[in-house]
Amino acid sequence: MEKQHGEVWIITEQAKGRLNEVSFELLGKARELAAKDGLPVSAVVMGSGIDFGNELIAYGADRVFLIDDPRLALYQNDNYAVVLENLIRKYSPAIVLFSASYCGSELSATVAAKLETGLAAHCVDLYFNEQAEFVQVVPAFGGRVLGDILCPHTRPQIASVKPGMFKKPEKESEPHGVIMEESAAVLDHYESPLKALRVVQEQPVGLPLEEAEIVLAGGWGVGSAEVWQSLEELGRELNGAVGCTRPALDEGWTKGEHTLIGVSGKTVRPKVYIGFGVSGATHHVVGMKDSGVVININNNPEETVFQVSDYGVVADVKDLLPVLLKKIRKAKEDRQ
Amino acid sequence: MNIAVCVKPVPDPKSYDKITINPETKLLERNKIPMVINPTDKHAIEAAIQLKELYGGKVILISMAPPGAKEVLKDGLAMGVDEAYLLSDRFFAGADTFVTAKTLATGLKKIENFDLVFAGSESADGGTSHVPSQLGEMLGIPHLNHVMALVMEDGILKIKTKIENGYMDYEGRLPMVLGVVREINTPRYIPLMGVIQAQGKPFTVWGLNDLQLDPAVVGLAGSPTKPGSLHTPPLGRKVEMLDGELEKVAEKIIVVLHSAGLLS
Repeated sequence: MEKQHGEVWIITEQAKGRLNEVSFELLGKARELAAKDGLPVSAVVMGSGIDFGNELIAYGADRVFLIDDPRLALYQNDNYAVVLENLIRKYSPAIVLFSASYCGSELSATVAAKLETGLAAHCVDLYFNEQAEFVQVVPAFGGRVLGDILCPHTRPQIASVKPGMFKKPEKESEPHGVIMEESAAVLDHYESPLKALRVVQEQPVGLPLEEAEIVLAGGWGVGSAEVWQSLEELGRELNGAVGCTRPALDEGWTKGEHTLIGVSGKTVRPKVYIGFGVSGATHHVVGMKDSGVVININNNPEETVFQVSDYGVVADVKDLLPVLLKKIRKAKEDRQ
Repeated sequence: MNIAVCVKPVPDPKSYDKITINPETKLLERNKIPMVINPTDKHAIEAAIQLKELYGGKVILISMAPPGAKEVLKDGLAMGVDEAYLLSDRFFAGADTFVTAKTLATGLKKIENFDLVFAGSESADGGTSHVPSQLGEMLGIPHLNHVMALVMEDGILKIKTKIENGYMDYEGRLPMVLGVVREINTPRYIPLMGVIQAQGKPFTVWGLNDLQLDPAVVGLAGSPTKPGSLHTPPLGRKVEMLDGELEKVAEKIIVVLHSAGLLS
């Protein structure tokens, strides 16, 4: 197979007038992919009253397509997909990367269907193999299995990546990109049967899981809402964030779905991860496996979670938590 | 109101930790895991039945799956769906989401024009969440995925879709394809009477020829994406067990926190 040619594109995403972190994470991966064959990297920004060109160039975009149109003020899959389809047909990039957020998943699927090309979802790795094929590694069965996906015949090759999966790159020492304004005039001939009315997003209180240096994760073995409160207390004491597994979320103990760690939730890589009553199901583990030090507390010595831990404690969470809380408070006092 | 629900039989998600890859053949070993209706699809069935209860009409269920899926799909009929269509043919095997959407769309068009087409927003096994949007494109009607609430007022659909830390509000008109998330409702339990009634409900199986499709555009052959090798994620660590009194264990944990540069 010949070497790849054509551009690598990323489709940026915004909330509340700012680019989401995932936009930069995608840009970092695109640069890494493109560097090997010297391919250009372009970023696409859609919206109304937008100006992110220089910011994206600073992080390594060779070209930024700005499509500024009042009809793009709110994300709406059909309008956005019509504009993107048009832009992709005009420039024929080789690879297009989307965020696998709720909106990004929907938009990527819509655009891939319009272009009749392949799409790989929630990629955990993207690389060129020795035959210069673009390999898209996707999770299946809740992350239990990873599969390679190739898109040999149709272009572009489209992949989506969950926020937090890749690292945000450093700024370029000598940024050199150009900003190109593109039009959304294709919408003049398209009347949407849908109407997006409003976006309501509330920033959850407390330290975001992705930013915490220490993450405490509670599983079904926490056992009750009362014990969960002690876990939250420990989280505050350690200046960390408290996450959860699906069973704990379903029990209603947690602060909500934004604290879910795993394939269908957040990916965390704190300095220290401490799991309390976590069973070690793969769909949770793939969301924390890149943590620095991993400690797990579980009352079952045979639990699979110990196979993914650096330190293990066989104990009931409800017994260990108060002791740990007391000792940590004391350790903090001793330091002062 | 005529409603179709797209359903996927999947291996029971409760057993995914038992799935392994055969080191010799590099194929998945998932034989002993029972098949169930994809959990999110049950919410799609529930949403459809609730609308039928309000506005009358008919709810059909459609699935592209191997012939063995018939028994699993009867659970949908037992919940209150009126008819089932199974698209099943060896040529359909290996379909990616693009071709799955295309095959489902062909089946739906052959049945009739639907006012609403529901699907679960994502499957438990593949988990791509592509099919609802792609199906909408293939049917040429508007579509929204991750729908968490839905009401109809004066013929206008008012739809809430889930986004990170919040939601979006939309308005739209029929027909539409909607992918639903689990927040939309609580699927009803299957009543014993439903199980009995399901046995007598119409169940149609269509293959490649019934859909008048070219083998080159379905299944693996027609899929733009091709699967490569499978692997299991490297997760293992070498564990050191912290034994002793809980006080001692807690002190050891604090040492670990200190050496990671925390608690300072």
